[in-house]
Amino acid sequence: MINLEFVINTLSLGSLYALLSVGLVLVYGILKLVNFAYGEYIMVSGYAIYLSGAVLHMPWYVTMVIAVLAAVLVSFLTEYAAIRPVRTKSADAMLVTSFAVSVFLQNVVLLTISPRSRAVPLPSFFSKTVTIAGATTPLRNLLVIGTTFVVLIGLSLLMKKTVLGMAMRAAADKFTTTRLMGVPANFVISAAFIISGFLAGVGGIFWVGRSASVDPLTGAAPLLIAFIATVMGGMNSPIGAVVGGFVYGLLFNVLSITLPASMISYRDAFMFAIVILFLLFRPEGIVRRGYTEERVG
Amino acid sequence: MLKVDNIHASYGAVRALHGISVEVEEGQVVALLGVNGAGKSTTLKCITGVLRPTSGTVTFLGEDITGRTPESLVKRGISLVPEGREIFGSLTVEENLRLGAFTSYQRDRYKADLKEMFELFPILEERLHQAGGLLSGGEQQMLAIARALMAHPRLLMLDEPSLGLAPAMTDQVFELISQLRGRGLTILLVEQNAERALQVVDRAYLLTNGLVEASGTTEEIKRQVDITSSYLGGEDTKGCEVGR
Repeated sequence: MINLEFVINTLSLGSLYALLSVGLVLVYGILKLVNFAYGEYIMVSGYAIYLSGAVLHMPWYVTMVIAVLAAVLVSFLTEYAAIRPVRTKSADAMLVTSFAVSVFLQNVVLLTISPRSRAVPLPSFFSKTVTIAGATTPLRNLLVIGTTFVVLIGLSLLMKKTVLGMAMRAAADKFTTTRLMGVPANFVISAAFIISGFLAGVGGIFWVGRSASVDPLTGAAPLLIAFIATVMGGMNSPIGAVVGGFVYGLLFNVLSITLPASMISYRDAFMFAIVILFLLFRPEGIVRRGYTEERVG
Repeated sequence: MLKVDNIHASYGAVRALHGISVEVEEGQVVALLGVNGAGKSTTLKCITGVLRPTSGTVTFLGEDITGRTPESLVKRGISLVPEGREIFGSLTVEENLRLGAFTSYQRDRYKADLKEMFELFPILEERLHQAGGLLSGGEQQMLAIARALMAHPRLLMLDEPSLGLAPAMTDQVFELISQLRGRGLTILLVEQNAERALQVVDRAYLLTNGLVEASGTTEEIKRQVDITSSYLGGEDTKGCEVGR
């Protein structure tokens, strides 16, 4: 069961899920908001590739830049136009608003493009298979591993080495106190949404790359996966999200291999059962929160 | 320098302040005294903009700052050492100090300021790369004060700096307040420990149930009320403290 092909599959699936989960957690950390519109940024990046590539016939690398920029823009606008006006009201208001943005975005593409799925043009090397040490895998599986590695290193440097990163970590810990340091609330929140959109855009390219198609409901599945992965990994830190993403990928692949053919369609049910077990026995996730509680003394 | 004029404030339907007026002049150390729930912290919240007063005004250096955002105050020269210290636990000591200098950052000055903080609080240099959450309560209080000083405040507000500290640490905190006072820093101090606070301040306000019950210099306050009495935070208040 444990062979190189399985390892590559798990790492690539885990990388994608980790990328998507971190984007969800960054916003959650600061606003304590599960952004239901997050899946739609992935959908938007898919449609951006479709429009720029299939309709406007731009080269593949331009379509990918546009995909990421579109997700960033929509994420930024979600915060600026929808979340910010209700932010001081209540957490519930933000939650419902993010849900409204999700439904709104789905219906925009449904009305202006089509309710049916559209083929997303991707460079041919994406699906080209390569063989490493006897294991055969599509090149995009290796690309997603490499991309995730680079993006997560970059993100970690941003969070550790820059004042923006410090401010974001501080805001995730104690929001009001961070403002009392002179850090504008809107500044850190906007930054979190922009980075979140960036991760959704990059992850989105690989998400739609698997089926090479996009439809108005494309965002639902990755949102759910990112949510489950963060619950398992721990919602309080990006590291938890990364761990959760990889654990999700591993569990999913193990279930795919071990479940008998007749049970394979219940794979998601098994995933949900595992999540329920997590909520029962380790609700804080695999990675517990850092040392925010003060030591006695 | 700071003038709080007849502010009223409430948390939802619960009214907390019924018209508080406080004045702090440049170079003075002023204390807000009173038991838990008297409205001391609420008054600070109204000054910092964390809570918006329902009526009344807050003026700083001649400018009306009522209801301004918390983030705009540091630039104007007001720094807060919050109740419970509010250290960023997952950030290192250095990162905590760096965020304290968020608005005032200039590379050379920052380095000089850090050095100055290490002289005031040698323990911070030792713990520079440790997570703030791993410090003891007293060390965290030092860090919280240093973090506030990094912003070069003209007015430093301290909210219950001795709360939950060991007696030796409490001595150190009050020693520090005297030291800062010697440097001419203007300080607004909120304390339950009235007896200790009155030793370091120029003037004080005694708050009771959201109203100023007495105010004046230490001698004037002492003449008006018995500061060892229970409602001023003496020995027997422990059992009847009200929640915030």
